[in-house]
Amino acid sequence: MKICVDLEKCKLHGQCIIAAPDLFVFEADGSLHWIEQPEETQRQAALDAADVCPEQAIVIEG
Amino acid sequence: MARGALIVGASLSGLRLAEQLRALGYTGPMTVAGAEAHMPYNRPPLSKDVLFEDASADPLTRLTFNIRPSLSDVTWQLGSPAEASDLQRRVVTLANGRDLNYDVLGIATGLTPRRLPLSGGEENRHVVRTIEDAVRLKAALLPGARVVVAGGGFIGCEVAASAVKRGCIVTIVEPLPLPMGRAIGQDLASAIKAFHEAHGVTFRLNTTITGLVCDPTKSMHLQAVTLSDGGELHADVLIEAVGSVCNTGWLAGNGLDLSDGLLTDNALRVEGRADVAAAGDVARFPNPRYGHTPRRVEHWAIPALTAKRAAQSLAEKLLGREPATKAFDPIPTFWSDQFGMRIQSIGMPGLADRTQLIEGELTSLGQPDKGLAMGYWLGDALIGAIAIGMPSAKLSEYRTMLTTQG
Repeated sequence: MKICVDLEKCKLHGQCIIAAPDLFVFEADGSLHWIEQPEETQRQAALDAADVCPEQAIVIEG
Repeated sequence: MARGALIVGASLSGLRLAEQLRALGYTGPMTVAGAEAHMPYNRPPLSKDVLFEDASADPLTRLTFNIRPSLSDVTWQLGSPAEASDLQRRVVTLANGRDLNYDVLGIATGLTPRRLPLSGGEENRHVVRTIEDAVRLKAALLPGARVVVAGGGFIGCEVAASAVKRGCIVTIVEPLPLPMGRAIGQDLASAIKAFHEAHGVTFRLNTTITGLVCDPTKSMHLQAVTLSDGGELHADVLIEAVGSVCNTGWLAGNGLDLSDGLLTDNALRVEGRADVAAAGDVARFPNPRYGHTPRRVEHWAIPALTAKRAAQSLAEKLLGREPATKAFDPIPTFWSDQFGMRIQSIGMPGLADRTQLIEGELTSLGQPDKGLAMGYWLGDALIGAIAIGMPSAKLSEYRTMLTTQG
């Protein structure tokens, strides 16, 4: 499983951080950081984050 | 006709319901029926960037939701709204006459914009709910056009800001003393009103639209609106942002409580029926986090969250799954973009009896790098926060405050 974030679309709403705090985080400079290849056990959290993204910028591959 | 799962409503909530049923292991037949001719698409941009961006691409291409592989065998019945239903016989009838049978029914039919109870001027009157609405409105938002927005709620303020960006001359007519006042409280509403005024929006508050003045030879053509204070506003465009009505007419005759959306229990089951659940804007459910009163919540995160819970309820019936025991107590969140200023809300600020600034200053609202946040209390409990121009990391910080207290 791979988490892809289209940073052209991302407008830093932060909904992914609420839905999946173990996978997404804001860095001190405000930029988005995420775990690109999480464990399979995190799949639901990754999908939840993709679902609530207002810009639909998150795609889960694999 | 195959039975199995039928989801009525093919927007965000219907899509999420379908996905969640598959995620829970349901592999049987599934039909999603929708009033609009399109596959599910993302609506929030319709009142925002779709209206003011000079995009060459078809907005529908950009806004259509990604469809997961798990939904590849779903039957989509699009372009015809549900017209009637018989929950005893487990059948839904679409406006095109087609009968759809089901074993479990997911209801996600959402809202239709409320219209002003006035006739005439149809050519120049607009709402914003569908992609067609937005495309039609954008074409009317010509530089110099005089735009009257009926209703100063979030949608009204967003479309007003979008129209100003298009070069229109914009007036918001709002019956209450402040725009968005009920949702965000007086202090913040006053500051946002001043911010809008500084960008060129005119407010006519404590005022309603009482009549439409139309071309005497062509009643479809609007010329002006008359106001409750005796005034009149020239109107090339009238945008009606006066709330919504729930699309529940097709459920009439089943003995359901349809007084405000569709009443459900905490697990989103409709009146205790094991085979019917609701999700999204239309679902009126009790949230133990905010007392016993069932409420509809038209906030961004609610479709995904209610769809997840509703799917669990339907999976109990479909797959014989154990009932979920944990109470469903979602924390709503939504955002609004107005003149490049981002407003982010978490919790239920509208239920508060007291507000207090928790960060920044109201006078700096809208200034770059000067964010602020308002806290909302009901009794001693912090029940919501609204951040404006703050880094989004703050939102999760406030969320932690909402969940960890008391």
